[in-house]
Amino acid sequence: MPETDGAPVLEAAGLRKEFGDLVAVDDVSFVLPPGRSLAIVGESGSGKTTIARMIVGLERPTRGTITACGHDRSRPVKSARDRRRRGREVQIVFQDPYTSLDRRQTAEAAIDEVLRLHHGWPAGRRRARVAELAELVGLDPRQARALPRSLSGGQRQRVAIARALAAEPAILILDESVAALDVSIQAQVLNLLADIRDETAVSYILISHDLAVVRQLTDEAIVLHRGEVVERGHTAQILDAPQHSYTQRLRASVPRPGWKPVRRA
Amino acid sequence: MSTAAPLTVPRGPGAARRGRVQGALGLLRATGPVGIVSAIIIAVAILIAVFGTFIAPYDPNLPNLSLAWGSPSGGHLLGYDFQGRDVLSRLLVGARTALLGPLAVVAGSMAAGVLLAVTAAWRRGASDAVISSGLDILFAFPGILLAVLAAAVFGAGLTAAAIALAVAYMPYVARVLRGAALKERSQPYVAALEVQGASAVSICFRHLIPNMMPLIVAQATILFGYAMVDLAAISFLGLGVQPPEPNWGVMISENQVGLAQGYPLPALIACACIVVVVIAVNVLGERLFEQAQRAYR
Amino acid sequence: MNGPLLEVDGLTVLLDVEGARRAVLRDVSFTMRPGEAVGLVGESGSGKSMTARAIGRLLPRGAEVDGAIRFGGSDIGSLSGAALRRYRGQVAMIFQDPRAHINPVRRIGDFMTEALRTNLGVPADQARRRAADMLAQVGIEDGAQRLRQYPHQMSGGILQRIMIAAALLTEPRLLLADEPTTALDVTTQAEVMAILDGLRRDFGLAILFITHDLELAAAICDRTVVMYAGQIAEVRASSLLHEDPLHPYTAALAAARPDITQTAHRLRAIPGRPLSAFEAPSAECAFAPRCPHVRDICLQALPELAELDGGLSRCARAHELRGQLQEVPRA
Repeated sequence: MPETDGAPVLEAAGLRKEFGDLVAVDDVSFVLPPGRSLAIVGESGSGKTTIARMIVGLERPTRGTITACGHDRSRPVKSARDRRRRGREVQIVFQDPYTSLDRRQTAEAAIDEVLRLHHGWPAGRRRARVAELAELVGLDPRQARALPRSLSGGQRQRVAIARALAAEPAILILDESVAALDVSIQAQVLNLLADIRDETAVSYILISHDLAVVRQLTDEAIVLHRGEVVERGHTAQILDAPQHSYTQRLRASVPRPGWKPVRRA
Repeated sequence: MSTAAPLTVPRGPGAARRGRVQGALGLLRATGPVGIVSAIIIAVAILIAVFGTFIAPYDPNLPNLSLAWGSPSGGHLLGYDFQGRDVLSRLLVGARTALLGPLAVVAGSMAAGVLLAVTAAWRRGASDAVISSGLDILFAFPGILLAVLAAAVFGAGLTAAAIALAVAYMPYVARVLRGAALKERSQPYVAALEVQGASAVSICFRHLIPNMMPLIVAQATILFGYAMVDLAAISFLGLGVQPPEPNWGVMISENQVGLAQGYPLPALIACACIVVVVIAVNVLGERLFEQAQRAYR
Repeated sequence: MNGPLLEVDGLTVLLDVEGARRAVLRDVSFTMRPGEAVGLVGESGSGKSMTARAIGRLLPRGAEVDGAIRFGGSDIGSLSGAALRRYRGQVAMIFQDPRAHINPVRRIGDFMTEALRTNLGVPADQARRRAADMLAQVGIEDGAQRLRQYPHQMSGGILQRIMIAAALLTEPRLLLADEPTTALDVTTQAEVMAILDGLRRDFGLAILFITHDLELAAAICDRTVVMYAGQIAEVRASSLLHEDPLHPYTAALAAARPDITQTAHRLRAIPGRPLSAFEAPSAECAFAPRCPHVRDICLQALPELAELDGGLSRCARAHELRGQLQEVPRA
């Protein structure tokens, strides 16, 4: 894993993304200290997914910079070596377990492919590492050898996590990674993510609309509304005492025992 | 937001095992008895094409005008053609060019079509627009017209005809596959590989194209039938395989005078061979296509 | 009317899975009174959607139905033709993804007024006026304008409200809502929930609200039915579900959810994965392999759905475990 020495492991400054006339992200800045977890909270149209895609390089910012592990990643790179280096800095787990794996590949093959991409290891060493990663994410050997169609949503997400971790990234972006899972499975995966963070010192960026999940997994948070940051701070603080009216509205919309929905005037 | 799995009839515990057997054999079995019969016919045709020259009982090119239009007798199960040559032997040997030609056309058009479709789908934007426009232009040229042009420029022969047809078919292939490639390309697993730093070429060849394979195979079999008919027509016109080399299309052309004179067998039997193989290929192709659609879901 | 509006009585549904007939719903029984909102909560494979479809007569072809569903006292399984169309006017259904259930090339007005015009013979302009009025009820003010628009011109939240309005045009007595807010933003969800609650009070509409979210169901439903593996696990007053659950699964489900008011070191996850209905054994409790309170009695027979403290529970040990279920022991 790349060196960090206390400096923020990821820093975004003045990010802006335009799609034609539409401004999806407007002047967004945030910092991720090493070993911490940051939540990017918002609803649809908030720009949170666009930011995630810009960080991993699937979209290019119209303005602004993103720096991860000391390297600027706001512009695309040409060489294969640089692309792979970026892959070892930031990885991502997507929301939909049904389409985020190649349906023709077993879990082992998918993880092995990533190992071959980043390391020139012999087959034996790769096999051992694949087994280690499968165990880390709670997949038994039968599941590791299975094709995605034989695996449940929760199991597929575990494969996706193992595949992302195979690159040993400093930063793992979880783009609504538990939103499509059943409640009981979601709890298992959230526990798993917390365990992984303890064992590997990876830093998380959690993109989510689910405030309870955000509270469980992250220390810091920024709240996005229509592409702009409306509030930022410690997760617990934002949720216990939201300052901005949008955050308050968001917080008030979460179902909980005794909650009664009220129509807005 | 949550994307709940669709309400479908649940998969039982045997599904995992079944999934593994899926592949060429499973796909074939899924096409039903009609599909299997078609596959057998095609297999037989291929065997004849490969071994025809060895199993032909007589020399297909040896004329003997005194035996012209002879009826089936003794070892000559299908009689003699207009030059007194053994029809059965000419059929067996002629199978080679009759099937090899379409094979070359399919291989050429599929390879070029797949490459163009995947390139257009991967790069999207301007590249896609340019490629699609180029393909639209090619659509304007019917295969036979291009073949006639090729014959005029390069001289008649199977090679020129096959190349011309491959060029004419390529836009059909590219158009069909571009849609599938676009769908595949937009899937998150492709994005995950991009984020890993894998190169576009490796993602396309290791993931995109293999995932399109059922569709590609189905498309290839459909195209084979068309190529066979088109090449037979070109040979019939005299622009493809040149006589006296045996070829089913040429046999129809050579022996067509017999139809009016009361000796229909040579021309008709060559025609029947083409029809049977084309139907078998079309049927198999259509069923494979249906299965491909289902496998794709 | 007196007497229940809907009675689901021993409903068992069998489907062909991998060539074998398997039960996807097993002995589902509950009742609904007129104007009552009942939540139907479960995870994947619990059978909650299948139950709603059975009530809505929308089961897949080849489904075999045992037991009875009675609406207004009469059995609905035998309905056909005109009687079935009348029934559909009485029982409306809305789904999770409005875009999958609306024709994208027809205008909203056509979609909304179709049932009125074809089934009830209402003239077109009258039907449109009623549609616009109903849109106002769900908070869409420029109704006449919206009726002329196409689905792609509006957001998911607006479209879902339109679906609700359309469902109410035939003045149904029961609304089956299958995860109507799952695909919506949480703020939009709150709006739509408030609309549903208001409509229930204004129109005396009974609502069967299907969701995976226990707290969401409790927000507008007085009673909640919890399903697991195609069976009912518990029926309980929503307000008592958290403080006094009658089934270990309900307690475990509530405990597995992260708490928005505090960070736990680790969540109390249920080991294993939710069982699908067709995998459920028929001679023991379906939840037994994952249950922290399992004993021999749980494995001896399929527990009956028994009454307890005004609710129902399919736990063989429900009586003994009363009051202890909140403390879920670590696995």
